[in-house]
Amino acid sequence: MKTNLICRKLYTLLKVQYSNMLEYRMEIALWAISGVIPFFMLNIWTNNGLNESINISDVMLSRYFLCAFFVRQFSVVWVVFSFEEDSLMGRVSPYLIQPLNPFFRYFAQHLAEQITRFPFAIIIAFFFFMFNQESIWIPSLGVLFLSTISTFLSFLIQFLIQSIIACLCFWTEKASSIERLLFIPTLFLSGLLAPVVTFPEYVKYWIYLTPFPYLIDFPANLLSGNATNVSGGFIMQIFWILLLFPVFKIIWSKGTKKYTAMGS
Amino acid sequence: MSFRKYITVYKKFLHTSLASEFEYKTNILIDLITANLSLIGSIFLLSIFFQNNTSIGGWEFEQALIIQGIYTILNGITNTWFNPNLTEIVKHIREGTLDFVLLKPIDSQFFISLKKITPSGFLEIILGFCLLIYCIEINQINLNLSFLTLCLTTLLCSICILYSLWFFISTTTIWFIKTWNATEVLRSFLYIGRFPLNSFSFSLRIFFSVFIPIAFITTIPSEVFLGLSQLWKIFLEVIVAVVFLFSSRKFWLFALRFYSSASS
Repeated sequence: MKTNLICRKLYTLLKVQYSNMLEYRMEIALWAISGVIPFFMLNIWTNNGLNESINISDVMLSRYFLCAFFVRQFSVVWVVFSFEEDSLMGRVSPYLIQPLNPFFRYFAQHLAEQITRFPFAIIIAFFFFMFNQESIWIPSLGVLFLSTISTFLSFLIQFLIQSIIACLCFWTEKASSIERLLFIPTLFLSGLLAPVVTFPEYVKYWIYLTPFPYLIDFPANLLSGNATNVSGGFIMQIFWILLLFPVFKIIWSKGTKKYTAMGS
Repeated sequence: MSFRKYITVYKKFLHTSLASEFEYKTNILIDLITANLSLIGSIFLLSIFFQNNTSIGGWEFEQALIIQGIYTILNGITNTWFNPNLTEIVKHIREGTLDFVLLKPIDSQFFISLKKITPSGFLEIILGFCLLIYCIEINQINLNLSFLTLCLTTLLCSICILYSLWFFISTTTIWFIKTWNATEVLRSFLYIGRFPLNSFSFSLRIFFSVFIPIAFITTIPSEVFLGLSQLWKIFLEVIVAVVFLFSSRKFWLFALRFYSSASS
């Protein structure tokens, strides 16, 4: 009964947010374009023959970076910024009264945005294949299924991390600077700019213990057909989710007790 | 007379925006850590590229560090002045508060471009200069007066081009209302400025020197630092900078004619 209710709420939220996002389709198209950095990186790798020494062919590397682009497109999270604005503007108070955790609202917002973003990502991929015809491939259904799940898990990890940071707004008012700090390791260690395989040995060992390579590197390797430890990757992703979820619950319940409405 | 007026007004701007920024002290501290990590991250990425290669696009590691240094300085300037102010334009236009700016007895472009300042960007500028000094040492560059003036001129030109690019995009808000994400596209393209232009394929090189003159922003000043640049390139950069500044000014005045205040 209760889960049924939550499902209905989530479905309604999703519908509302999807129509909301469709209104801003131009903006979302621009967001999609701003994610093309992996392609520039690919250009540096292949144009200088940097990949010869690491035994990844041009074709496999271009598939990797295309997949990295896709995974990034569908795992971008910006809860901190929405929540910070809402809390500074005092919009959180009415949300708190509703019989639904406000983060469901943001969650629906992100999902709706991803659905809107999908066609634009496909168009960009189409252009990519036009210039790189030799790298066209069709992943098998199983691979597609597994990598969709791992992309979703990566999205969940990032959503949880950012929600935890967003909850810090209850104490500091401006939490987005912490998010900017955390974005730096996400950018450099997640495999968006260079596959984690190419990192020097002494860092590789440590990086695989952090959540970062499971955000982009693991799903992208899975989807592009590059070598990766499938079960290990999934276990680590689920491990991080199981670790972060209770932290979020605790910080949320502590934060809402601390919350004092601003203004008015 | 009027010049002195602008100086006094700017002093007031500095005072008010610094006062409001220092209200969030932890924020500034975290931003300082972020700037450090960001530089470490990009040098790490560069070292991955040079793991098994001695040069990329004709640039050795020590030389490529100069580009990093110049990029860091410019990024610091962007974060200190351009980013906080020009994202504000979007807000002014959406909420109709641009009316108040236009009514003030000072130049609207001056007001809009210099009103705010984010002090945490200073550290990036300092870090960039430190890296440059280190590079001068390891590349054994002789310092003399003509060399320094040339470097400063090209750096100044880069700042002008960068400012004009940001200002161009922000100005388009007058027609499109929401160009928040267009600045995000520019930001991701500017990311390319961290690497030597020669490391990209021919078509991308053309794109980045004709459509978005990123080539002029970091590569030419770095070449000047190394004493590699021909005189015509420096001249070209000066001309490009003047054209950009002049046309961004004209564009702003042209766009203002289409400004119709937000309905209230």
